[in-house]
Amino acid sequence: MRLSYRTPIALFALVSSALLTAPALAGEWQLNMTEGVTALSQEVFSLHMLIFWICCVIGVVVFGAMFISMYLHRKSRGAVADNFHESTVLEIIWTIIPFAILIGMAIPATKTLVKIYDTDNPDVEVLVTGYQWKWKYEYPEEGVSFFSSLSTPKDEIYGDADKGPHYLLEVDEPLIIPAGKKVRFLVTAADVIHSWWVPDLAVKRDAIPGYINEAWTRVEEPGLYRGQCAELCGKDHGFMPIEVKVVSQEEFDEWIAERQARAAEIAEAAKQTLEFDELYAQGEQVYQQFCATCHQPEGQGAGIFPAIAGSPIATGPVADHLNRVINGGGAMPAFGEQLTPVQTAAVVTFQRNAFGNNMGDLVQPIDVVSFEQGQ
Amino acid sequence: MAHGPAKGLSRWLFTTNHKDIGTMYLWFSFLMFFVGGMFALVIRAELFQPGLQIVEPEFFNQMTTLHGLIMVFGAVMPAFVGLANWMIPMMVGAPDMALPRMNNWSFWILPFAFTALISTLFMEGGAPNFGWTFYAPLSTTYAPPSVTLFIFSVHIMGASSIMGAINIIATILNMRAPGMTLMKMPLFVWTWLITAYLLIAVMPVLAGVVTMMLMDIHFGTSFFNAAGGGDPVLFQHVFWFFGHPEVYIMILPAFGIVSAIIPTFARKPLFGYSSMVYATASIAFLSFIVWAHHMFTVGMPLASELIFMYATMLIAVPTGVKVFNWVTTMWKGSMTFETPMLFSIAFVILFTIGGFSGLMLAIAPADFQYHDTYFVVAHFHYVLVPGAIFSITAAVYYWLPKWSGRMYDETMGKVHFWIAFIGLNVTFFPMHFSGLAGMPRRIPDYNPLWADWNMISSVGAFLFGAAQVLFLYIVIRTIVSGRPATDQVWEGAEGLEWTVASPAPYHTFSTPPEVR
Amino acid sequence: MADLKAKNTRIVLKLSVLAVLMFAFCLWVMPPLYTLFCEITGLNGKTNSQPYTPVSADVDESRTVTVKFIAIKNTAMPWAFEPREYKLEVHPGQVIETAFLAHNPTDGYMAAQAVPSMAPKNATDYFHKTECFCFNQQVLAPGEAADLGLQFVVDQALPKGVNSITLSYTLFDITDSAQESIEAIRVGSPSPSDPVSVAFSGPTH
Repeated sequence: MRLSYRTPIALFALVSSALLTAPALAGEWQLNMTEGVTALSQEVFSLHMLIFWICCVIGVVVFGAMFISMYLHRKSRGAVADNFHESTVLEIIWTIIPFAILIGMAIPATKTLVKIYDTDNPDVEVLVTGYQWKWKYEYPEEGVSFFSSLSTPKDEIYGDADKGPHYLLEVDEPLIIPAGKKVRFLVTAADVIHSWWVPDLAVKRDAIPGYINEAWTRVEEPGLYRGQCAELCGKDHGFMPIEVKVVSQEEFDEWIAERQARAAEIAEAAKQTLEFDELYAQGEQVYQQFCATCHQPEGQGAGIFPAIAGSPIATGPVADHLNRVINGGGAMPAFGEQLTPVQTAAVVTFQRNAFGNNMGDLVQPIDVVSFEQGQ
Repeated sequence: MAHGPAKGLSRWLFTTNHKDIGTMYLWFSFLMFFVGGMFALVIRAELFQPGLQIVEPEFFNQMTTLHGLIMVFGAVMPAFVGLANWMIPMMVGAPDMALPRMNNWSFWILPFAFTALISTLFMEGGAPNFGWTFYAPLSTTYAPPSVTLFIFSVHIMGASSIMGAINIIATILNMRAPGMTLMKMPLFVWTWLITAYLLIAVMPVLAGVVTMMLMDIHFGTSFFNAAGGGDPVLFQHVFWFFGHPEVYIMILPAFGIVSAIIPTFARKPLFGYSSMVYATASIAFLSFIVWAHHMFTVGMPLASELIFMYATMLIAVPTGVKVFNWVTTMWKGSMTFETPMLFSIAFVILFTIGGFSGLMLAIAPADFQYHDTYFVVAHFHYVLVPGAIFSITAAVYYWLPKWSGRMYDETMGKVHFWIAFIGLNVTFFPMHFSGLAGMPRRIPDYNPLWADWNMISSVGAFLFGAAQVLFLYIVIRTIVSGRPATDQVWEGAEGLEWTVASPAPYHTFSTPPEVR
Repeated sequence: MADLKAKNTRIVLKLSVLAVLMFAFCLWVMPPLYTLFCEITGLNGKTNSQPYTPVSADVDESRTVTVKFIAIKNTAMPWAFEPREYKLEVHPGQVIETAFLAHNPTDGYMAAQAVPSMAPKNATDYFHKTECFCFNQQVLAPGEAADLGLQFVVDQALPKGVNSITLSYTLFDITDSAQESIEAIRVGSPSPSDPVSVAFSGPTH
């Protein structure tokens, strides 16, 4: 078998044409970076395209020279080797030209970077905290906070149901920010390092335990923008998406007010006494949503995640069980802030009575509140 | 003095012969290449389509971690050391390595390190799952118990590399034949000399960073634990202070190989020999002051961000000089395209593409969009697979006739090249697109938005894997039944290694050769 | 031949010393160097871990800076923890006192360490703590609540562009490694209802 010398040329042509037409084809098979929806993200995009085209031009020149040489200077074509092997002039030229090109790239890059770092005078502030494996959003000024975790159902992941269009990019509670306002994000983490990334905003900041990092955005158009965690943070790193919902200032204010009211409601709900069946049913729901990932749907556990069935905690004293759910321990994260007292009471009741753990006891929301207050 | 090798297993266990040890390094790295490749195929099989089909996320993370560690420390680095063992004494006209006994140790501790590392897969809690960059606190406070064994094996690998590097430096500086001045040495020797210094400078830093982890985990210190006054970001600084030179450790010897092969098949001397040496040295120097470009998103102050961005961009200059020199070497030559030349040309093209994406990644504001996406995965695979793997493959085809005394089958070599070349591009080129379109790296499952590119990548990966099986077959067939090779082997080849018989006798240059 | 052997031994020694030096550099020089570098440049936004003694008493009334306080709990930290005021308007040079409220709801003694961090990072050098609960470990008895005091001055030389400073404290549970101080408190404080705060003995308390 003898392959023609044209093969590499054809292949190169194919690869480079794919490269060159990349932006044009975007949409069908998305090839390129998103332009995003903020002035800054568009600036980042044009910077990206600028460098890309410069690289293409250099590539055409260098590879072009190489392929011409491979065509002309073949032994099979009767080429006789020259013997030159030094030229100080050439060496100086191809040191200086790239240097000049680099300076041309550095100037716009520096300008954009300075803008990215200008986080002063925001209209709204959001504290973003990364947890294994969810995000917590807090509006310190407004006193609103909530967790935001993956809402894609298990059976979509395991192929038992069709995958929706926003598969793995959808959450139960999106972050909500007002349109046209400068929003400053303070990014941190509560366990390992995460990274908060929304491509449409061109914001990516590492969330590091013990430290706050800053980023900012100003989105003019209301809409829904999606992103993901961008730093390996353990088992479910691929399953902690981000959804940012940009709404008008009025809607934002309404939402904040509603949130503040809901917090009061939850406190009120914690005072009620519930029937066993009610608690058990709600507990099952909470279990499947929050616990089943690790402890498995049938409570059998997996690997380092212990079984709930016959677990010494679920069949031991109620206080220890509450302590573990609320405060975590070992590999178990703390759920105290994420679950309402009713949910905690329900899931503890469920675990103590499901999977053959027939403890027969029931935990009321008020017990959870008392426990949290340390009585 | 001229006696042959000992018989049986003891030949390999107790050998101090640089050729035997080189052979063992090369076979060991070949084995590790297949192990790391299997792990990569598990990853690609899981990513063939969205959803979790084959492995669970926990195991997926173990696969990405072990794939990275084994390819870097088990496949690429030992392969280069193996080539150094075989070729450096022959290239500088020395009878053997300077420290033959240490040479034996530095090889024989490696199998223990990798047995330990791979055995973690069967430990309770599983193998290391925190990525080959093992960022704290995921790799300390939140690590599986196997992290201790991982640290232990990294220590052994580090010791092996440092011993190997000391040996190489001693050989190059003390063992050269009379007349072989530094500026007459083949470029492969030069690049390895610089690489060896890099190894001695940074492998202890890797050993240091895992030691700090060990102390944090078992002895209550707080190097990386914020609660005790430490800082998880310090881990990243120390790791990348090792990690960036490490990247060049895996590419500088490749520059040397390609600088040997291109002149041979262009039948024309290497263009700009001394500028190649200076470019290599300046790349090595720059590698120490650019580490934080791996950390643009950790929230450094603006000034540090800018300094690291500018320093990183500067690397393009010496790297460009090298590429221009290779192209000019080909210019007005009389080229033929045997398998080593094909791999070397592919090296120049694909490595340059990897360099372009590297330049894009150097631009900090744009890096906020690229960081930790498949664009980065595409970038470093374009640098490492055509860079390290293709150059090692080219070296094997180029020198195998000298080592074994037998010629490989040219047609099969070319078939191997084309399958590998196509497989590589089909695997890694689409990753640029999925990365730009927003796919983060190290995830076991993803939105269907990126499904098409991932499916193509997975097909390419299996093709690339198949090419390597063919490679193994070609190598074995050559050794067993290739037709005898001439001493010169390649028409245009120059250098001391071509003045000895094929196969190279067990002892070469017992009396130093004459170097003009 | 003997000459070569000596040369080889010399080079092995030299290179081994280099390797050992690099290892020592990594273990004993890099961490303190990094800390020093951070203190000079504010690289990681960590504020000083030592009390500051003010140099000038002049208050710059013409300028107002907003200081915001954020409380973050590391996972598995069961305490309640929040700033007394979310934000304060201060003049540079003014000595300000505030506090974070902490409550240990568990039925055991617990120790915590607060880790400070500041944004924007270039303000770090201009924010001086004269007293801070983060300088020491904090121990709380079961069910105990305490005001953790903080006293600070914003430097008059704060860069003009900075109008707002955010100071965060992340609270880590260090009960396991702080058994000694816990024991000391337990013995010294028979009544768990007294607020306890190890080594926090500033004039404000």
